[in-house]
Formats: sequence, structure tokens, C-alpha cells
Amino acid sequence: MGFPEPEVETSPPVSDEVRRTTCYMCACRCGINVHLRSGRVSYIEGNRDHPVNRGVLCAKGAAGIMQVTAPSRLRAPLRRVGPRGSGAFEEITWDEALETAVSWLKPLRETSPERFAFFTGRDQSQSFTSFWAQAFGTPNYAAHGGFCSVNMAAAGIYTMGGAFWEFGAPDWERTKLFILFGVAEDHDSNPIKIGIGRLKARGARVIGVNPIRTGYNAVADDWYGITPGTDGLLILSLVHELLKAGKIDPGYLAQWTNAPCLVGEDGLLLRDGEGRLLVIDRVTGAPARFDRAGVRPDLGAAWQGCRTVFQHLAERYLSEEYAPEAVAVRTGISSSRIKGLAAEIAAAFDAPVVLDRAWTDFRGERHETMLGRPVSFHAMRGISAHSNGFQTARALHLLQILLGAVETPGGFRFKPPYPKPFDAHPTPHCDCAPGKPLGGPHLGFPRGPEDLALKADGSPARIDKAFSWENPLSAHGLMHMVIPNAHAGDPYRIDTLMLYMANMAWNSSMNTGTVMEMLTDRDETGGYVIPRIIYSDAYASEMVAYADLVLPDTTYLERHDCISLLDRPISEPDAAADAIRWPVVAPDRPGHAGVRGFQSVLVDLGARLGLPGFVDAEGRAAYRDYADYIARHERRPGVGPLMGWRGEDGRTGRGAPNPGQIDRYAENGGFCVAHVPETAAFFKPWNAGYQDWAVTIGFYDKPLPFLFSIWCEPLQRFRRAAEGHGACQPPEHLRARLKATMDPLPVWYPPLGETAGTDFPVHALTQRPMAMYHSWGSQNAWLRQIHGENPLYLPTRLWQAQGFRDGDWARVTSPAGQIVVPVAHMAALNENTVWTWNAIGKRRGAWALDTAAPEATKGFLLNHLIHELLPAGGDGLRWSNSDPVTGQAAWFDLRVRIERVAPRAAAEPAFPPLTSPVPPAPRHRPAGRERP
Amino acid sequence: MTALPPPPARKLGLVIDLDTCVGCHACVTACKGWNDRGFGAPLSDLNAYGSEPSGTFLNRVHSYEVTPGAGPAEVVNFPRSCLHCDNAPCVTVCPTGASYKRASDGIVLVNEDACIGCGLCAWACPYGARELDGQAGVMKKCTLCVDRIYNERLPEEDRVPACVRTCPTGARHFGDLADPESAVSRLVAEREGYELMPEIGAAPVNRYLPPRPRGAAAAGPLTPLLDVKATGLAGWLDRLLEKF
Amino acid sequence: MHPAPSVILFTVLSGAGFGLLFLLACGAVRVFGPSALLLWGTGYGLAGAGLLASAFHLGNPQRALLAFTQWRTSWLSREAWASAGALMLLAPVALAAVMGGGLPPVFGLTGAAACLLTLLSTGMIYAQLRTVPRWNHWTTPALFAAWALAGGAILGGLSYLAALLCLVLALLQVVAWRRGDRRFAARGHTLGTATGLGGGGGAVRAFAPPHTGATYVTREMIHVVGRKHRTKLRVVAVLAGAVLPAALVAALPLSLAAQVPAFVAHLAGAFAARWLFFAEAEHVVGLYYGAR
Ligand SMILES: Nc1nc2c(c(=O)[nH]1)N[C@H]1C(S)=C(S)[C@@H](COP(=O)(O)OP(=O)(O)OC[C@H]3O[C@@H](n4cnc5c(=O)[nH]c(N)nc54)[C@H](O)[C@@H]3O)O[C@H]1N2
Ligand SMILES: Nc1nc2c(c(=O)[nH]1)N[C@H]1C(S)=C(S)[C@@H](COP(=O)(O)OP(=O)(O)OC[C@H]3O[C@@H](n4cnc5c(=O)[nH]c(N)nc54)[C@H](O)[C@@H]3O)O[C@H]1N2
Ligand code: SF4
Ligand code: SF4
Ligand code: SF4
Ligand code: SF4
Ligand code: SF4
Ligand SMILES: [Mo]
Repeated sequence: MGFPEPEVETSPPVSDEVRRTTCYMCACRCGINVHLRSGRVSYIEGNRDHPVNRGVLCAKGAAGIMQVTAPSRLRAPLRRVGPRGSGAFEEITWDEALETAVSWLKPLRETSPERFAFFTGRDQSQSFTSFWAQAFGTPNYAAHGGFCSVNMAAAGIYTMGGAFWEFGAPDWERTKLFILFGVAEDHDSNPIKIGIGRLKARGARVIGVNPIRTGYNAVADDWYGITPGTDGLLILSLVHELLKAGKIDPGYLAQWTNAPCLVGEDGLLLRDGEGRLLVIDRVTGAPARFDRAGVRPDLGAAWQGCRTVFQHLAERYLSEEYAPEAVAVRTGISSSRIKGLAAEIAAAFDAPVVLDRAWTDFRGERHETMLGRPVSFHAMRGISAHSNGFQTARALHLLQILLGAVETPGGFRFKPPYPKPFDAHPTPHCDCAPGKPLGGPHLGFPRGPEDLALKADGSPARIDKAFSWENPLSAHGLMHMVIPNAHAGDPYRIDTLMLYMANMAWNSSMNTGTVMEMLTDRDETGGYVIPRIIYSDAYASEMVAYADLVLPDTTYLERHDCISLLDRPISEPDAAADAIRWPVVAPDRPGHAGVRGFQSVLVDLGARLGLPGFVDAEGRAAYRDYADYIARHERRPGVGPLMGWRGEDGRTGRGAPNPGQIDRYAENGGFCVAHVPETAAFFKPWNAGYQDWAVTIGFYDKPLPFLFSIWCEPLQRFRRAAEGHGACQPPEHLRARLKATMDPLPVWYPPLGETAGTDFPVHALTQRPMAMYHSWGSQNAWLRQIHGENPLYLPTRLWQAQGFRDGDWARVTSPAGQIVVPVAHMAALNENTVWTWNAIGKRRGAWALDTAAPEATKGFLLNHLIHELLPAGGDGLRWSNSDPVTGQAAWFDLRVRIERVAPRAAAEPAFPPLTSPVPPAPRHRPAGRERP
Repeated sequence: MTALPPPPARKLGLVIDLDTCVGCHACVTACKGWNDRGFGAPLSDLNAYGSEPSGTFLNRVHSYEVTPGAGPAEVVNFPRSCLHCDNAPCVTVCPTGASYKRASDGIVLVNEDACIGCGLCAWACPYGARELDGQAGVMKKCTLCVDRIYNERLPEEDRVPACVRTCPTGARHFGDLADPESAVSRLVAEREGYELMPEIGAAPVNRYLPPRPRGAAAAGPLTPLLDVKATGLAGWLDRLLEKF
Repeated sequence: MHPAPSVILFTVLSGAGFGLLFLLACGAVRVFGPSALLLWGTGYGLAGAGLLASAFHLGNPQRALLAFTQWRTSWLSREAWASAGALMLLAPVALAAVMGGGLPPVFGLTGAAACLLTLLSTGMIYAQLRTVPRWNHWTTPALFAAWALAGGAILGGLSYLAALLCLVLALLQVVAWRRGDRRFAARGHTLGTATGLGGGGGAVRAFAPPHTGATYVTREMIHVVGRKHRTKLRVVAVLAGAVLPAALVAALPLSLAAQVPAFVAHLAGAFAARWLFFAEAEHVVGLYYGAR
């Protein structure tokens, strides 16, 4: 009896068709093969040919199908009918929507462009959106970088022409020691995982410096559970140890950095008549241009009382204040452990990697080999999301440079078009006039006080006060200050706020509850203090409820996108790469006005507003839609959004626009790769071979060799101003802070948020869950089962001190407010730190989830505890909770107090449910009945 | 046929590297995605957008905290799916013959057309690897992607389980554990791969590679170039720069 | 394990049913005419209801017949055969009794054997599971039989046999509990062996579950009973399920006035015992979720 083994079909058809595009379940932008069955997405897998992910996908990417079919997808443009924040809308046609927008924006452009502010989230089209905002003529444009990780980006650019993620990566193939500072996931989600996997397979060593030991830090061979906000001290202490032992690379420093440059008594570097940096030539003992052929810069030189940068730095970091013993208590890491780490770094430093690749440097000198130090680092928001993050990130870059581990085999490598030094980037522009475009890009890298975005009266020109004395180098703007400033009318009132892809009424704002009040607050006339809000989202997010006009976007599989070298490309150290998204499925919202790619909507609006660049000479629309713009727009002759298939011959790099370009990309899997010549693969900033290649591809128009800025002159210029020099002077109350923080050499100072002091003894952090993307993963039926709620994890010390037990709840209090949330125990955690997963908590009624969804009852945000302003300091003023240099939001400066409380039915604060702009979701997936 | 076949010549299975698994759950959703549209009924999600979402998954990733005698606590991520046991108790308890172990390669499967959904096999599994689908009422489990690994319509390199193909860190390995020369067998030998809950006698085929020991490396302490305090910066400079 | 009320209800009732049928079949209870109709009817009713219900408990009952195919390996399949067999074999015997006649004993005896086999294989379905150490023991089938026969004896009005069986049952149940309480630990299953991470002498703790919500596995196989609650139910099970009925049927003369309260008490105890049988049983998979 019984059955024979049943026949199993082992070669079933997989799908009818595969279309290759770019994932956008997060900003990593992996290549995906989208399988279609009878016209519907049936399966998504990684594209093996793709430079970013080489075939793998993360949990989010593989769950993309649940995003494209999410019940929360918007279906038509929406006009608010109820009070703002209620969520009551009526659906309108696209023409109504666009005409409404034009009727709001046109008058503003003709009278006072600055009263229109346009801020975008983590979209990948900033070179386009900024171009649009520039054409409109408002100074008030930025992307979300200000609350994200500008500290890391700016510190990298100002120090060496790039930081991590899009700028560069470790030499996974050759590095022997890899150290992660404050990384849970990062944007480079798959490349880092692939890389760590490769290191593990090779038996290379991985070390995690992080208060929390999960994810990458869990697989790390060793873990340093540092006290939040003190990495600068740890890093500079490592510098101290390495200097003392002479485990640094003088040759590298002398040739490729400004270490041998001479510091004048004004703190600026000595230059010749043509403004070229001077060094002392060891051969002649006389001053010489840094780039003169055959020059041998002397690190130890002194000339007319000026000493080299190297001597200044040695003097500072050899001082006992950076000795391991001196920093152990603050960092929570014993001096012996710090010395151990320094010794591990030195050991890797002493085992150089040498490649037999001859190359020629910018001085014309030929090198027979490429020698590198197999030590690499990666760092992200763990060090950048503190108010001392800029200088801490600078310190980390300094450490890499001292080791000679940047752009050398085994170390950190740049991804084209990086490196790009700060002075190759534009300076900020804010010169707005009615009916006129802006004189140049909004964002840039100030060289000194004269580049600040200030009005004639010295007040901030931008609504977010970027590039003001409060945070001079805010290269990405301060998105987290836009709503508070607009509400306070400080520096001035605005009329219309347009937001794109940023959930500002929830997880991307500090002090969320108050921000919701600011968005709904009315003035004496009864009108809203922020009169008009236009928002583009693809889903029924919390922010949608706070808009007056909603422009529904498509999902990422339904539109064209451009991942451009002008913007945030997907290059790898050995290759420049850019990519597109294209509609692998057509947007279907049957019975509704439908959705449109927001960039195409901007193209349309640009034409209706007659913005330069968006209309031709006759005033007709210059582009059909975004796809048309991608193919035909030129920034500089021969250089457009995409580098691939240009000109008639379809060459890579410079060339005339090619109408067939996007189809070529689609055929090629959605991307284009241009390989760096082998001999140009390292020493990029100084390698003549690389520089010439970069010119042919079109990164820059002439070679741009440069020296790494160990001594950062822009910082010194601001410090000098604070000391009273120069015409452009800071307000009195900021002088002291500027002097302390704008140090031309990396320094450490306690995070400003720590003024919270002893009433709030515990550090509170968030981490990115690998299987969730901010707020937008919870609408995903698969991902929300993995992270449907988020306990606050407490270290053993706190857990035991208050006798917590599983299933307990706690009240968490900060200077800004309190929340009541479920807690859980974690031993692998810094003993003064609590943490939770970021953005799992949801507002009831949002995302087409049941109002009793765990995300709304047991999920919570720490954001309610984080104020956008610091408590009043000695000067009685409340500074923004940001890095004083860049304005980076200091999310991780948060300090709290924890008390055990009786369990609750729902986390507090709880907000009234939003009315959903989309119908309730079907109960089960697939729709059908439940069996016993 | 719920009698177990004679020991198969090939024992296909997974080897999971706990030293490398970062707990990203990529294998979880890749598995869900592939099998939701593949072998048998979809992997349904009850209350998908509701207060108690509960779906069928064939692979789930736990995370554990290990506190060694000395040194700080460690976190280990731990994927768990069917281990395709040699001595599969889930097979012999099945009253209908729906649950069976393939004689050719040892893969343990459920013939959904014969499954009455009694749930007994799930009770018999020590590893929680079987889930009764809430909608189809049939038993679901890891198929070792039997519809991929032999699939002639897929390129050679893709004939591996979906979870293995997607794992970003390469912590999942697929192969024949009966062949001592196979890459997986060698990995198991080198890294002392082990079986889960051996004392229960299910004789799983899948193996786990243990986390490598954590902690400081044996790097000797750094010796200062010289006593900076005594010689001052100048002395230190000379010593440092004379070397190059 | 999850104590599903339906399963508890029907295993207890059909158990009693087969217990009664067994006694009728082997001639321990001799009834004819209307009283035969009543007792055989009760037996068939209870037994059949149980079977039917357990069939509808399935994910795909329409395929229930396939459950007969794997008798060589599967105790569930054997239970199907035995129960169906018992009901068929005994049909003529029951009919004859109702008609007031009788058949040669072989008919009854084979049917009786089938009934007993049914009871034992039901027990074996649980007893075979090494994943549930508490069940994985000879006392499990013995208990299923004991509860069933005791119930049957009470229904069948065999005062002294009933009393005797009740006492045996009580003894067996207590032994099963005392031995069962230690078995999980004795088998040496720990989170350490389950994950293989217990090797280095390190303490292993479940830090985060794979999914934040409940799953089929957690709902079905992880159930925790409070100590106090447990002891209370155990006392109820033994007193109401065995001691009290034994006293009633032994003390009072045979009459509905004695039988009915005795059987009611017995049922109450049986339900308590059966609830504990599931609720107390710990599945090793619980280890992965940090249970125990
Ligand atoms: N406590 C705490 N708060 C934080 C952080 C933290 O670490 N801790 N991190 C901060 C950081 S770094 C960031 S970047 C922010 C991120 O926070 P946000 O920028 O708000 O990011 P999301 O919430 O992921 O997405 C924003 C909106 O984009 C919408 N969206 C998704 N896809 C599309 C699309 O295709 N088109 C359009 N138009 N919209 C789409 C989503 O529906 C969502 O409403 O959070 C910040 N907030
Ligand atoms: N899966 C997934 N990937 C994402 C995102 C997502 O939401 N989900 N978001 C994307 C976005 S917008 C961003 S900005 C990036 C951010 O990528 P990450 O920088 O990895 O962001 P976080 O998760 O905030 O990680 C911060 C880490 O720093 C640690 N940390 C906090 N304070 C300190 C400190 O003082 N010192 C040290 N050494 N460590 C510290 C925290 O414990 C945490 O591990 O991730 C991107 N990638
Ligand atoms: S990391 Fe994941 S979500 Fe992000 S792009 Fe890649 S596959 Fe998509
Ligand atoms: S995909 Fe790989 S790394 Fe991620 S959880 Fe699964 S096994 Fe671990
Ligand atoms: S793991 Fe469980 S389901 Fe898989 S073969 Fe072993 S016993 Fe059966
Ligand atoms: S659930 Fe299906 S496969 Fe499992 S034992 Fe019952 S019939 Fe067999
Ligand atoms: S082998 Fe296939 S079925 Fe099994 S866990 Fe991996 S992906 Fe899922
Ligand atoms: Mo971010």
C-alpha cells in the first residue's frame, strides 16, 4: 500500500518575462531581475551582472513585490477637504492638481521666490530637483542630507575629497583589518554585507566599535562597546599611540597631503604668488611649489617661524590629553583595550600590500609599484549623528591618512567621480530675485565666511538657516529645521512648502508631536501659519495627512529614475557606474486619476511655470517627461545625466544626447559601467592616469590633482573671523562656540546635547533594522511580520537595577518629553545605553494598516524625546540640536531616564487615528478564506 | 510513501555559517518570494495588514545571545529551516503518505494533493520546520528549492536554492553532504560543522558552522620610538624622519 | 502544546465511547432489547462523533480517506483502521443484541480487540513523539485506555469493575505526572543543544524572535501553564475523574442516581486531565523561542 514517490516537476517555467531595472526598496540601488507572469510582477531576484549587488538581494529588495502591490499605494491626486492633519481628502484630476500648484507657485515666483521652499527626502534625483529649484529661483532648496549624515560627507569632502558609501569603500579584496565605527546597516547595504562575507571567507579580521553588538558588530571578531559620542577621543587616542610608536607613513604624508605645508601665523597655509601651496624641499631646503616636479616635501621643516602642519598635529596628538589612560573613563574603554586596538592597527600597517603596477603621479614622477597598508575603516551615523560628529569624522579620516591607507591597496578606495576636493565643488548660492533663476546651485562647500548664505543685514538667507553662522558648513541644508523655522517665521515667513519623499510628520522629524502642531497651527487671521503644503508621496504615509495638495507618485517599478554621476551614482572603486529605473510594469490604479512619476510632474510644472531650462525659446515645454529630460538634458556640452550610450556611436563618457539611450540602458540591465584602467585604480587624487581618464569620462574638464587637507583652511578662516579678523563677522553669542568647534585640526568636545546632564544619565539610540526601511517598510506584508513592533532594549545593569522582567514596560523621559514603551533585555550592550529599532512605530490610520496594528500599539518612535532645539544654555539661548559646523541633526546625543511602569495596552504618546486616503486593506493575502 | 527510503546516495542540504550570518533576513523573504509563486499553494499571510499578521514562512532567522565565561556577551544570528533529516520523524508519522523523503537526494517534501492537514508531522519535527498554511490547509516546509536546483530553464549558476542565491554575506552553502569531497563537506570538516539537537536522533543533513572565537587578537603592545617627554617633539621628529 | 478545546472534548468522549463498546463487545456488559439500544447507541454515538469531529478538524477533510493508506508506519493511520474496523465489526453484534438475540463470542471479541487497539493507537499517536518528552512514554497509551475503560465501565454500570478501573487510573495518572515532570530535563534537551551554541560553556539566551508576531509553530506548540493552576487541575482530575466516581459507584446501589453523577464527575476530571495532557506538554521547538 501507500504511494510511490510522486512525480515532482523539477523544471517548471519560472516566468513569462524578465525585466531588469534598479531596486528602490532603499537607497543602495541594487540591480534586480523582475519576473513577470501574465503582466504582473511574480518574483524579484538580484541581477548577477550588477556592480552594486552582484546578484544578491537584501530582505527588503526580495520583498519588493509586496511594496508594488501594497494597499497603501495612493491612487489619484488629493485635495484636502477636512482640517489639515485629519486626513480628509477628495480625489481630483491631474489637471486640477497641476493648475492648483501653478496658481500657488506662479505669483510667488514673480514676487518673492524665497516664500516657496522645496525640500526633498531620500530620492535619488537631487541633481534634477535642485536644477528645478534653481530655475524657480528660490534659495530654499535642499535634500534630506542635513538630518541624515552630512557630518560624514562634509568631513570627508573637506579632508580628502570624499567619505564612505557613495564616495568610497574598503579594498575588500586586500584589506587585512577592517574596523567599523558606528554602522548598523548604512546605505551600502549589500556591498558591505558582500564585503564582510568576503573578509570572513578570507579569514581577515573585522572589528566593531559600537555601543550595540548586533548585525555587523555581532559577526565582528572583536567588539568595542564605546560610550556614545566619544569616538573622537578614542580615534585621537589611537592617533596618539600610533604617532608615539612611529606607526605612520611619513612618505605618504609628505607627498600626498598638506602635512608638509607651512602654517602662517594667521593659521592659513603659505602660498606663492599664484596662490599655490608651498612646501620646503628637503633637497634644496628652500620653499617650493607643492606640485613642482621632483620636489621632496619636508615634514619637519620650519621656515621664517612657520612650522609644518605635521609638526602642529604631532604636537597636539602626542600630548598626554590623548593618552589612552586619559580617555579611558570617558570612552568606557580601558586603556589596555585602546592600546590593544592601536597595536592591531600597527600590525596590519606593518604588513604592507605591494602591487606590481607602475604609475605616474601628477608631479610627473614614475612609481614602479603601488604600496598600501591593509587597514580599512567604515563609519556612518554612529559618529556623524552627534553634535561633535563633523570633527569626529575628520579625526577618522585623519587616522586613515596618517596610516597611508587612503587610495592605496588594502585601504580605503574612492569610487569615481570621487575624490573631488571641496574646492572643486561649487559654493552655495542664495541670490534670489523675482522671476529670475538662482545664480548657481543652492548647496556647496564654503571656503570661508564670504561664502555664507546671508542677507545684506547678515541674517540667514535660507529658511533652514543653512550656511549661516550657526552652522557655516551645512553642505546639505537643514531639513529638520524647515518646519520649526517656517512656523516661527524665523528668519522669515514662507507661503508654500513643497516636500517630496520625506515623512516629516512622523519618523523623519525630531519632536514629532510638536511638529504636527506646527503644521496645523493657525495665525491670528485663522489661516495656517504655514499657509500651503504640497507633498509627493507614493503611499498613505503620516505626512500625506498634513498636505493641502498631494501629488501621488508611482512605485519604483512603475517609473523612470536616473541614478546619475551628476548626483549620487552607484560607482565602485574600479569602475564608474550609473543606472536608471524604467517602468517594468505600467501604473494601474483602475477607476482613479492615477499616479505619475514626481520628476515627470516637475518637468510638467516647470513648463507650466515657464522655468528656464524647462521651456524652449518659444516657451513650449522643453521635455515630454522625465525620461525625455534624462536622455536630452545637458549640464555641460556632451555631459548629461547618464554617461552611457552617448552620441551616434553610443560611446561611454562625453557625447551628444542619444534619444535611444534609455532603451540601451534597459537592454543592458538598467546600468552602465566604465572601468578604471588598472594603473589608474589607486592613488586616484595624484595618479595622472586616473586624472586623464576622469577628464575623458567627463567628471571634470581638466585634471584636478590635490593634496589631502589634514589642516582644513576653511575651518581656520571661520575661526579667524570668530577671533575678530576680517569684514564678515559672526554674532557675538556664537564667537566662543565657533572658536572651539572650527578647529583646522580634528578635535573632540562633548556632544552639546550632553548639557542634559545627570538627570538624564542614559544614552538612547536607534538602529536601522536590516529588514525595514524607515517608515516605508511597514506597509509591506512580509517585512512587517519580521518587525511589527520594537521593544526598547536595556543593558543588564539597568535591567537588574530596576528588577525588570520580560513583558515589562518603562517610562522613558528626556528633557524634551516622555514616552511609555515595552522593554526587553540585552547583555551585548554598552551599560549606559538603551536602544530600539528606528521608525517601526506608526501613527494609527496610516499606511492602510489596521488601527490596532502592532506598529501603532507596541511600536514607538524615540523622536518624541528628541528636540530640534537644545535646552537653553549659559547664554539663555536655545541652539538647534545640530552639529555647530554642518548643522547635522544630532539624533544620537539623546539622553534619557528610565522608570519601570505597569504594562500598557498601547505605547504612549498615542495620537488620534488618521483618516486613510485609501480603502482598508484586504484581510488576507492572497485574498481568500482561512482554513481551520 | 511514509516509510523512509534506504539511505540515499546523495544527501542534499544546507550548511549555514553562524560566524558570518549578520541576521539580515534576506534569505527569509527570498524564500517566501520564490515559494509563494512556486511549489504547491502560495505561502499565505493571514491578517496581512491587520493587528496580528501571521503568514507561512519556510525559513526564519532567530537571534541568540551567548554570554561566555569570560568576555562580553555575543549575539549570534541563527537561520532555521528544514534540515532534511535522514531519520525524518515527520515522514513516518504521516497517515496519508503526503510527507516523504526522496530516495534519490534525500530531500523531504510534502505532496500537497495528498495532505489532509492533520498537523501531526509538524508535531513530530524537533526543529519547527513545518507550518500548516492558514489558507490552503496543507503542510508547508522547505523544499530545498527542488524546483530550482534541477531546473533546466534556469542558468546553471542559478540552480541553487533561492535563499543561497540571495544571501549577501555568503553564509549559506548548498551541496551534497554525502560526498566527502563536495565543497560543503569540506567546509563542514574544516570548520567543525555540527548538527542541531543530536540527542533527539532525527539525524539532520544540514550542518551549522560555529561562530569563530571572538575577542582581542594577540598583537604585542606598541613600543614608543623613544621617550617623547624626555626628547621633546624635535627628538621624536628626527627619529621618525630619519627612517625615510 | 496548544490545548485545543475541540480536540480535548472529542478525544475524551470518543474514548469513553470506545471504552463502553469494548465492554459491551467482550460481553462484560450483557444487555438486550431497549437497554441494548440505549448502551450500544451511546457507545456508537460517542465514538462516531469523536471520529467525525477529528475529521473536520483537518485542513483538508475531503481527503480524509487517504489517512487509511499508511497503516504500516503511521499510528494515526492505524487509529483510523482500528476505529473504523471496530465500528464495522461490532455493527452486527450490536444489531443482534438490540434484536434480543446473540452472535457467537468471536464476533464480539474481535470487535473488542479493535476497540482496544483504537484506544492504544490513539495514545501511541502522542506517545511516539520524541519531540514531546512528556508524552513519549508507555504511560501515555496506558492512560488513554484507562480513562476510556473507566468511563465505559461507569456508563456500562459495572460498579465494581468501574471502581477498580478508577483506582488503577488514578494510580497511573499520578505515576505519569511524576515521571513526566522530570522527563524533558532528563532527555537533556536545552537551548544549548538545540542551537549548538552551548558548547563553550557559555549561557545561551533567546535575544530576538525571527518574527515579532505569533506563528503557526508558536501558537500550536508553545503553551505555558502556571504552577498553581496546574496543581489545582491535577487534584480535580484525580478526585473528580477517579476517586469520586469510584466512591459513588462502589458505595451506592447500581442506579442512574449513582451512575449519572459518577459519569459527570468522571467527565469533568477527564477534561481536566486531557487539558493538562496538552497544556503541560512541552515541545522541544519551544527551546528555539526561549520557552523553558
Ligand atoms: N529617531 C530617529 N529618527 C530618525 C533617524 C534616526 O536614526 N533616529 N534617521 C534620520 C534619517 S538619517 C533619515 S534619512 C530619515 C528618513 O526618514 P524619511 O526621509 O521620512 O524616510 P522614509 O520614512 O523612509 O520615507 C519618507 C517618505 O517617502 C515615501 N516614499 C517611499 N517611496 C516613495 C516613492 O517612490 N515616491 C515618493 N514620492 N515617496 C515615496 C514614504 O512613503 C515616506 O512617506 O529619518 C531620520 N529620523
Ligand atoms: N535596512 C535599512 N537600511 C538603511 C536604512 C533603513 O532604514 N533600513 N536607512 C538608510 C539611511 S537614510 C541611512 S542615513 C543609513 C544609516 O546607516 P547607519 O549609519 O548604519 O545608521 P544607524 O542604523 O542609525 O546606525 C547607527 C549605528 O551607530 C551606532 N552608534 C550610535 N551612536 C554611536 C556612537 O557614538 N559611537 C559609535 N561607534 N556608534 C554609535 C548605533 O548603535 C548604530 O549601530 O542607513 C541607510 N540604510
Ligand atoms: S539593499 Fe536591498 S533594498 Fe536596498 S537597493 Fe539593494 S536590494 Fe534593494
Ligand atoms: S541571508 Fe545570509 S546573512 Fe542574511 S540572515 Fe540569511 S543567512 Fe544570514
Ligand atoms: S527538519 Fe523537521 S521537517 Fe525537516 S526533515 Fe527534519 S523533522 Fe522533517
Ligand atoms: S499534515 Fe499533511 S503531511 Fe503532515 S502528517 Fe498530516 S497529512 Fe501528512
Ligand atoms: S532552500 Fe528554498 S525552500 Fe528551503 S529555505 Fe531555502 S529558499 Fe526556502
Ligand atoms: Mo538617512
